[in-house]
Amino acid sequence: MQNLKRFSQNYGAVLGLVILGLIIAMALAAPLLFPGNPWRTVAMPLLRPMENPDFLLGTDMLGRDIAAGIAHGAKVSLLIGVVSTLVAVLIGVSIGALAGFYGGRVDDLLMRFTEFFQIIPAFAMAVVLVAIFSPNIVSITLAIAVVSWPGVARLVRAEFLSLREREFVQAAIVIGQSGPRIIMTQVLPNAISPIIVTASLMVATAILTESALSFLGLGDRNMMSWGFMIGAARTMLREAWWMSFFPGLAILLAVLAINLIGEGINDLMNPHLRGRKK
Amino acid sequence: MSSAEAPLLSVKGLSIPLPPGFDRDYAIKDITYDLDAGEILCVVGESGSGKSMTANALMGLLPSYLKPSDGSIEYKGRDLLSRSEEELRELRGREIAMVFQEPLSALNPLMTVGDQIDEVMLVHGETDRSVRARRVMDLLDYVGLPDPKTLKDSYPFRLSGGQRQRVVIAMALALEPSVLIADEPTTALDVTTQAQILDLIKRIQQAKGMGVIFVTHDFGVVADIADRVVVMEKGLVVETGPAEQVLNAPRHPYTRRLIKAVPHRRAEDGADASSPAADDVLLEVRNLNKTYRSGGGLFAKPRIVPAVQKISLTLRQGQTLGIVGESGSGKSTLGRVIIKLTPSDGGQILYNGKDIAPLSPAAFRPMRQKIQMIFQDPFASLNPRQTVGRILVDGPLANGVSRAAAQRRAEELLARVGLDASAYKRYPHEFSGGQRQRIGIARALMLDPEVLIADESVSALDVSVQEQVLKLLKEIQDQLKLGMIFITHDLRVAAQICDSVAVMRRGEIVEMGPPSQIFDAPQHEYTQRLIAAIPGKGWDPQEAAQGSYEETV
Repeated sequence: MQNLKRFSQNYGAVLGLVILGLIIAMALAAPLLFPGNPWRTVAMPLLRPMENPDFLLGTDMLGRDIAAGIAHGAKVSLLIGVVSTLVAVLIGVSIGALAGFYGGRVDDLLMRFTEFFQIIPAFAMAVVLVAIFSPNIVSITLAIAVVSWPGVARLVRAEFLSLREREFVQAAIVIGQSGPRIIMTQVLPNAISPIIVTASLMVATAILTESALSFLGLGDRNMMSWGFMIGAARTMLREAWWMSFFPGLAILLAVLAINLIGEGINDLMNPHLRGRKK
Repeated sequence: MSSAEAPLLSVKGLSIPLPPGFDRDYAIKDITYDLDAGEILCVVGESGSGKSMTANALMGLLPSYLKPSDGSIEYKGRDLLSRSEEELRELRGREIAMVFQEPLSALNPLMTVGDQIDEVMLVHGETDRSVRARRVMDLLDYVGLPDPKTLKDSYPFRLSGGQRQRVVIAMALALEPSVLIADEPTTALDVTTQAQILDLIKRIQQAKGMGVIFVTHDFGVVADIADRVVVMEKGLVVETGPAEQVLNAPRHPYTRRLIKAVPHRRAEDGADASSPAADDVLLEVRNLNKTYRSGGGLFAKPRIVPAVQKISLTLRQGQTLGIVGESGSGKSTLGRVIIKLTPSDGGQILYNGKDIAPLSPAAFRPMRQKIQMIFQDPFASLNPRQTVGRILVDGPLANGVSRAAAQRRAEELLARVGLDASAYKRYPHEFSGGQRQRIGIARALMLDPEVLIADESVSALDVSVQEQVLKLLKEIQDQLKLGMIFITHDLRVAAQICDSVAVMRRGEIVEMGPPSQIFDAPQHEYTQRLIAAIPGKGWDPQEAAQGSYEETV
């Protein structure tokens, strides 16, 4: 309750929450607002925004409704962004924490393993993975997670390396806490801020990676996504600005909202900042 | 030092307000003192007393949100605060020079020391290169640095702490200033080095007839060098006077309290040291070794630091064993090896007759509760993300005590170490350094230990807080009959609390014995040097505090 109150005092975070809430509501309400398949041709091609009151954001070169595309695409973009980030953070934190806390041979082994993933260009690997496992929403999500965890692992390892030397961690060893317990209750909470900040940026990157994959034709055929819309608009950039502008704006807002929320949670979890006045 | 002449420097009614949101509304208020040519004026106070503030105002080093609101600082009759930045810049270095606390951060790591001294003269308009070069050599020689010819081409990281501080002093002296401001110049140094630097400052001051403002928290240092003393508390000057008078007949209760809190020898040795009984030996260390190796590879030789070499000692129930030494003596490593935070390379650690040295971390964990540690830094040793209650109950929970029982014990101990019950739900950052150290002590006691290792546990605290924490430790020890290993660099603290003292140098114990032997009749040459370097030897703070008390009653 107290946390909720403090969170609500952070205007940025509340704004982020509102934007994200609207995007989620839009994704959920898409079948009601825009019934039918968003891939369907519904009007004249290349209608400008506001030209026809039925198609407020205009149509693309095949006469598909941009507004419908954005509403339906929200689901894919958010799902892939959030789920792939969660998976990547889970893998990255586990590997980074073990490597950083135990050091020595464990560290060597886990870091070589991490480097194995780092030496392959991330996007090329994602393309290969998606191509191998046939493009669908699950394979795309996992592919993005697999290419983005090494950064988290490195970051978490570095944080753990410095935190494990701190006196309060030494104190936890002295009072007889077990290794896993120290990792979970002493070190991880103190490393959480950079993890949250990175994660919120990773959601953004994941949404963009998904767009890039869709752009290459490796998107999920059955689901409209913002990335696909921008990709499709590239040939019409000068003739029909609205085709790329509105999905781009949607990505911008989603990423911004997630970053604001991330920052809000970060402030909330840091007791030093409690009671900080805006 | 006649007061008829105009003083060299005169601070009159200086006030510096603090912006809203601080715990008081001024940094310093209505500060007035004079500095005459040829005297050392010590400004003494605890942390937060504003003792560095006037010095910083003088040098124009105040942060931008602090602006003097009232008063003046007159140097040779002219107000400094009303002068322009250009005029002040010309004055700094040439007329008024400053020596900082931490010599390593005061020196540019990428310039040789010779170049840095040279630069001071260059920016103040000495254009002749050969004159500057000669002066650099003279200065390095003057501050007592060995072999100035090679030393001027070294980088700061090559020098020891004391040598660096000498370089900083040489820089300050480069333009023959008439006022030298020294802000805690010896606080970061070992006691033997501190004694040398104090001698140096005193010698220079007398030779050049400078006025020196010496900011410090240590009354021992004051007793060694001050001509006059200004005592500050919470931004106010509470007492000024000749050193003789302030030290031996303090008038203000705060000064008296501070002087009384200066650590000192107890009258006689503790009883435990003289009547050893073989059966109550808690911990016995035999031939303990620890060597740090770093770097090294196919072609490079590894760097080998023998931190602990063949150390043997015995700790009995109810005994406090002091381990004193300067930085790098291996005293902290010894503590860490005994508590198995750092693995040992050889030797035995017998706890109640069982050798714990070869045990794996997992096998040792159940025994950990009996050997506890109080850490040095009260700010780093408590997890900032956990409430005090959580920090306290974690230990018993990890050792299988029920939550309710742990919580009851935590509440008891909070009261025992003198904290309010409401502390249980609060976070560490809401407490002062001394209170945090009390929490650290409570955490160690939560597990009912038999051995307590205190690693520099009072070093980060102000002297009055230090006294309280030492008293608490003593009480607890007497009550619970703990064996305590007290690691410190401060011989005065060791003298006050320990029943037996071991002096360490370069990983070896050079001398061990009861305080009376170590302090009154040291055998080893190194111990003798250490004892001789204790600041304020010729002055007995207890007598001073006592005497003045009787006078006023």
